Amino acid sequence: MSKPAESAAAPTALVPIPRGPVPHAPESARLREIEIQVDGKAVSVPEGATILDAARKLGIETPTLCFLETLTPVNVCRVCVVELEGARTLVPACSRKVEPGMSVKTDSERVRLSRKLVLEFLASSVDVSTAPAFPEYMERYDAHPERFGKDNATVAQPVKIDNDLYVRDYSKCILCYKCVEACGIDAQNTFAIAVAGRGFTAHIATEFDVPLPDSACVYCGNCIGVCPTGALMFKSEYDMRQAGTWDESRQTRTDTICPYCGVGCDLTIHAQDDKIVRVTSPLDNSVTHGNLCIKGRFGWQFVEVQPAEKK
Amino acid sequence: MDLHFTGAEPTPAERAAVDSVLGDPESGWDGGERCPELDGHTASDGQQRNLRRDRLLPALHAIQSRVGWITPGAVNYTGLRLDIPPAEVYGVASFYGMFSLSARPPVVAHVCDDIACLTCGAEGLCQELEKQLGPAGTPCSARRAVWQRSACLGLCERAPAAMITRAGETPRERVLAPASVGDIVSALNDAVEDRMPAQPDSLNAQLSVPQAGSVDLDLHLLRRIGSSNPSLEDYQRQGGYEALRKALDLGPDGVIREVAAAKLLGRGGAAFPAAKKWEALHVQRHLLKENPGRKHYLICNADESEPGTFKDRVLMEGDPFAVLEGMTIAALAAGAEQGYIYLRGEYPLAAERMQRAIHEARHADLLGDNVLGRGLKFDIELRRGAGAYICGEETALFNSIEGYRGEPRNKPPFPTQAGLFRQPTVVNNVETLVNVPLIIREGGAAYAKAGTANSIGYRVFCLSGHVVRPGVYEIAMGVTLRSLIELAGGVGGNGRLQAVLLGGAAGAFVSPKELDTPLTFEDTRAIGATLGSGVVMLFDDSVDLKKILLRIAEFFRHETCGQCVPCRVGVVRQEEALQRLVAGKSFATAAEDINLLRQMGQAMRDASICGLGQTASTAIESALSRWSLFS
Repeated sequence: MSKPAESAAAPTALVPIPRGPVPHAPESARLREIEIQVDGKAVSVPEGATILDAARKLGIETPTLCFLETLTPVNVCRVCVVELEGARTLVPACSRKVEPGMSVKTDSERVRLSRKLVLEFLASSVDVSTAPAFPEYMERYDAHPERFGKDNATVAQPVKIDNDLYVRDYSKCILCYKCVEACGIDAQNTFAIAVAGRGFTAHIATEFDVPLPDSACVYCGNCIGVCPTGALMFKSEYDMRQAGTWDESRQTRTDTICPYCGVGCDLTIHAQDDKIVRVTSPLDNSVTHGNLCIKGRFGWQFVEVQPAEKK
Repeated sequence: MDLHFTGAEPTPAERAAVDSVLGDPESGWDGGERCPELDGHTASDGQQRNLRRDRLLPALHAIQSRVGWITPGAVNYTGLRLDIPPAEVYGVASFYGMFSLSARPPVVAHVCDDIACLTCGAEGLCQELEKQLGPAGTPCSARRAVWQRSACLGLCERAPAAMITRAGETPRERVLAPASVGDIVSALNDAVEDRMPAQPDSLNAQLSVPQAGSVDLDLHLLRRIGSSNPSLEDYQRQGGYEALRKALDLGPDGVIREVAAAKLLGRGGAAFPAAKKWEALHVQRHLLKENPGRKHYLICNADESEPGTFKDRVLMEGDPFAVLEGMTIAALAAGAEQGYIYLRGEYPLAAERMQRAIHEARHADLLGDNVLGRGLKFDIELRRGAGAYICGEETALFNSIEGYRGEPRNKPPFPTQAGLFRQPTVVNNVETLVNVPLIIREGGAAYAKAGTANSIGYRVFCLSGHVVRPGVYEIAMGVTLRSLIELAGGVGGNGRLQAVLLGGAAGAFVSPKELDTPLTFEDTRAIGATLGSGVVMLFDDSVDLKKILLRIAEFFRHETCGQCVPCRVGVVRQEEALQRLVAGKSFATAAEDINLLRQMGQAMRDASICGLGQTASTAIESALSRWSLFS
């Protein structure tokens, strides 16, 4: 049960990185290939694919925050913008579908400036200390959020701890809409949360901000699974971070199957010092697409009950 | 949907408000009284109810105007009736400025402190109100009323302006412009004591349209404005609906040909060729027959909220049937059977006039299943916005009508491919549509003789600020800015012109040196400006332009929808940088902050989803490039 997964491939991201190839469509359903130019190189991708897909095929790294393979692209973070020849503005690579003859630049001065500013805007208004993608992106785009000063407006606010399973720290929320999508039609269909308010004060909320136990929440934790910044976090992880004992370098990841029902969801058990600290599911798993229910996600305390106590 | 609601129950008044929009509930599942024999053990009509999601905004309006705020019980009841999760109802309601999500007194005075009103004493007005009624946002008049500052109310020709709303069984709205402290205080008292006039406002043509009634002027777009109570009879007597008859003879192809010959460009700000939009729907017409679920929609964008813009309000108040006739001709061309007028929430008189005009037109067979007995099917529904500038952006407007948050969509797909309810949709501005009957009657080629080679036709401008006779003015395109100002009696205030804001908060400032610029799309573009929505706002040299820039920055901070990062945070950082510059408290040098502003402007222009973020910095940058305000 505590067999560590291959350590070389162990991702550091809170969001599980897709593993394995995407299932192939049957031969007869093959889509027309469309050729476009990305940074001067020709690449062909199937019709319906995005500029991001094309860039990835060429091995061009494109930063993304609000994008996730399993969710409908909302293209709101704008960190993936690229320069499309003939377009007045930059376009979001994550959602813009390829069209024949497109020519795209992914690293022009305009692209770099916009990406830099987006990262600076976020890092100067949101606590990104537990967002795994940020350090690398900030370095790559030479982002200096401190140039906006110290007294600028932020979304800082108290952590919401209203249940035993997970906490919501909206000072870390970049408003990527992923949790709303996972709670809604992209996964859970529970609709406990939505975007409320407008502008800089727009935020994720239940109706009238009632505590989660009064809302429609079913504690599947699929919102935690998609959160890119750690704003949504297992209570176990949050408590360990508060106590200063959270240490990902000492954690093992073990793939297993959920023991509860017959669906057979894949679980990845994250353990530290032989204690389970978090449970995720691989995004590319054909059963779960990264989603679990309350039992698979949170119902593992029984593992740690010693046999003597069981009697 | 298996929805979960908190225990908050609606009061009878809240139920009545929602039912007034949705009709009575049909079963116990739908919010009615539970009756096991009739209701059975399962509910199966959720999807049917959810198909009416577009009634959400009208339902919220009904709750707000009946109860004075959107209560938890009312949110639950609305959610149940329309099968919408309560978190989403709350998310939508909290998007709009006119809805309060916490208890608020029934009477509210919205006092405009936006740029046009600022030049006409709004700040002094607010300070005096503070003395007499207490700070903005604090209940007054025995907690029955409250006053608050508001963004532009679109009454700039009568600045300073205020609007009073009273919630209750017979809700009332009242416009005060020009407003004095005394007017506002006594109107508040009247409202608290239930003595509000039924009529929200009246259009004074002499005041709002100084050209009105002049026999020497050959007016085209404004020629019918003048009557305090425009009727269908008067409209038809003055040649109204002749164009529609001619359009029915011409057919869709002929109409599109005439409008294309007239080279009519959209008057809402983006200047897109109107005929191209119609053509895009016209060529998809065959798909309507193949797919019975498919529909074409025509929307009249009357969500005029650009600070300094009031032309569409005046056109709707003064000549509502011209808007309807224009829409009907456009619908004929585009193959749309359903039209919507999305009207700015702060325009009570325009709402009343348009609603009555629609009613009269239906009775006269000018709208309905068989318009003029010629087999044309077209009807119009009026929808009121609820205080969100962004809903004037066409894709945000779709979301707003559909009952979602008014957040813009990514384009493509374009509205002509997938717009309202994901169906092919044409969106035209009010003024654009008012041009249409004129073009059809005169013929496209004749119309095209007015204006210049690339900017054709007539244009309505909104003059405000320090000008002798503010109001709506019609000119043929190509007249210089100087002549337009002279037409309005010249520079007002102290007579020494400092700057002109062209095109609104999303437009650009020009200096007195640029007054000889012809008012055309191409000439304004050449000087880095825009005609935008026709705003021409004058500032004399007593005005502190820095304060005007700050107010513009504050406006965008308040009105950004918050969806995309460059705009949501960019407009905040932009305002903070300007605050530092105005206070002389830059971290290093003013030049560095100005450089930062330009960089932010570039990123907002390049990376924002919609036109709001893309233009949120243009007015500020235009001022920085014309004057050394911070050296």
